[in-house]
Amino acid sequence: MPRFPTQPSPMAQPKSFIWTRRIVLTLLLVFVLIPVYVMLSSSLKSLSDVQGSFQWIPTHITVKPYVDIWKTIPLAHYFVNSLIVSVSATLLSVAVAIFASYGVSRYRFAGRRVFTVTVLSTQMFPGILFLLPLYLIFVNIGNSTGITLNGSRLGLIITYLTFSLPFSIWMLVGYFDSIPRDLDEAAKVDGCGPMGALFRVVVPAAIPGIVAVCVYAFMTAWGEVLFASVMTNESTRTLAVGLREYATQNDVYWNQVMAASLVVSVPVVAGFLLLQRYLVAGLTAGAVK
Amino acid sequence: MTATAPPRNAPEAGPDSGKSAGRGRLRPRIPARLRQGGLPYLLLLPAVLLELLIHIVPMVFGILISFKSLTLFYIRNWSTAPWSGFDNYKIAVKIHQPIGQALLHSFWVTLEFTVLSVGLSWLIGTAAAILMQESFRGRAVMRAIFLIPYALPVYATVITWTFMFQQNTGLVNHVLHDQLHLTSDKSFWLIGSNSFWALVIVSVWKSWPFAFLALMAGLQNIPRELYEAAAMDGAGVWQQIRKITMPSLRPVNQVLVLVLFLWTFNDFNTPFVLFGPSAPHQADLISIHIYQSSFITWNFGEGSAMSVLLLLFLLLVTAVYLLITSRKRGDADA
Repeated sequence: MPRFPTQPSPMAQPKSFIWTRRIVLTLLLVFVLIPVYVMLSSSLKSLSDVQGSFQWIPTHITVKPYVDIWKTIPLAHYFVNSLIVSVSATLLSVAVAIFASYGVSRYRFAGRRVFTVTVLSTQMFPGILFLLPLYLIFVNIGNSTGITLNGSRLGLIITYLTFSLPFSIWMLVGYFDSIPRDLDEAAKVDGCGPMGALFRVVVPAAIPGIVAVCVYAFMTAWGEVLFASVMTNESTRTLAVGLREYATQNDVYWNQVMAASLVVSVPVVAGFLLLQRYLVAGLTAGAVK
Repeated sequence: MTATAPPRNAPEAGPDSGKSAGRGRLRPRIPARLRQGGLPYLLLLPAVLLELLIHIVPMVFGILISFKSLTLFYIRNWSTAPWSGFDNYKIAVKIHQPIGQALLHSFWVTLEFTVLSVGLSWLIGTAAAILMQESFRGRAVMRAIFLIPYALPVYATVITWTFMFQQNTGLVNHVLHDQLHLTSDKSFWLIGSNSFWALVIVSVWKSWPFAFLALMAGLQNIPRELYEAAAMDGAGVWQQIRKITMPSLRPVNQVLVLVLFLWTFNDFNTPFVLFGPSAPHQADLISIHIYQSSFITWNFGEGSAMSVLLLLFLLLVTAVYLLITSRKRGDADA
């Protein structure tokens, strides 16, 4: 994304700069990629190979771990759980955030500041702060009304809103602010109400931003560990907790752990790389003014 | 893991809110498009209800139970737990008693860990962003690769590090002991004093791409003319970095460092996946510590008191930080 890709650089780059760049970036590449390589290469090894001393190059390549991961633990089930919880939390928070962000971005009203400050500050708070009370509330609701929230998918979705909702609102306000108000004014002149302006003009113009927020909220939910470790049981367990089960009393199936890690990562990475442009643009819109 | 919003906060909120308050008072001067009465509140209603449900009520509830003696016995029926005044807080801050001592230890470990991790992540992120400011072959691919640690789910990457740090089967000892012969024995990485460094390495690996991403975005907003003018005046590339790039990045850095700090200080996922539910003493981060105090010993009153103390500390740090950095920026502008 250089601004003027065709122009020659005004920074005449001396040799020292180019060599620093080569050395530093090479070291960083190695640092970043080693775990990825370990993940990939170990996922293709047999169990006895990962139980011995580490080998850079696998001696026997086997895809058996990729077959076994589905049988050793109910991985597909956990996958579905993660998918349901992450998608629901994402859609719910983005839907709510679209209305709230439109209100904050387009109107001035009493309490606006209180709202934005609350939203901003709650997302800086540690998750543990909300975990204890939410857990207790869920347990006690279950105890007094019979509605099971603790251990249910709905309960987990609610707890995931603690981070995805403020984040979505915050980011979408930034996007909506960057859309010229003249656009909504024009729509209103054409006879749209405020809701018409929102859905016919603002939302379509903010699609890249909305997509970016969705991807981001999904990724965060997909990778969440804290709430998942407390709020799930055997049938609602998500990948974040489920992957631990490859470690049994006697053995850790490291080759399967690596294969499963790769499998659960691929969809997220693919989405992320595809949307990289949106994400960087989104961060720019919000981050630097 | 939640503090990921594009940093866009306090400095902007100040003047803006002043404006809105002014408009509120001078009602007749409000432009027609803003005279919408209840509409903004209607738009906000679902968000406000949810905020109440997920943030405000739990927070009030958390503060309440920090004044209760809430142990396993009362968990199913919290209202019957006896009030205990400031007992939970007293226990938490008595630094000569085992619980207070452990909390203080955990606090220092977390602080040390956070300073190291944020410092290194910021340094690497800045270096990479500046070195990649001008385009060169392979830049786009490299940028995509650098975002991998940030994009992959924590439990997948950190568990890979757990594997790499295994004493007998891990890559780290294979390289250090078998290949480079730097250590006489295969060391333990996930218990004992090495565990702190293992945690720092993994944390930096995971967080620097965020600094990189934010700074890359910041670099794009530096007007090219500045560099052109500096080049005309004969400034070399290193001087340009020192005199133009770094000062221009100050507003981004102000928010970035704060966000990284809060994020790292509160980090639960990394130590939890790396070590399992019980972290080694040397790497006992505060989130894990509170988690254990609550869910392993089932003393929720104590855990809540610790959470409230943690929150107070973070609020204090944030307030002081914003005060200092905003004043500095004000001075620089004037």
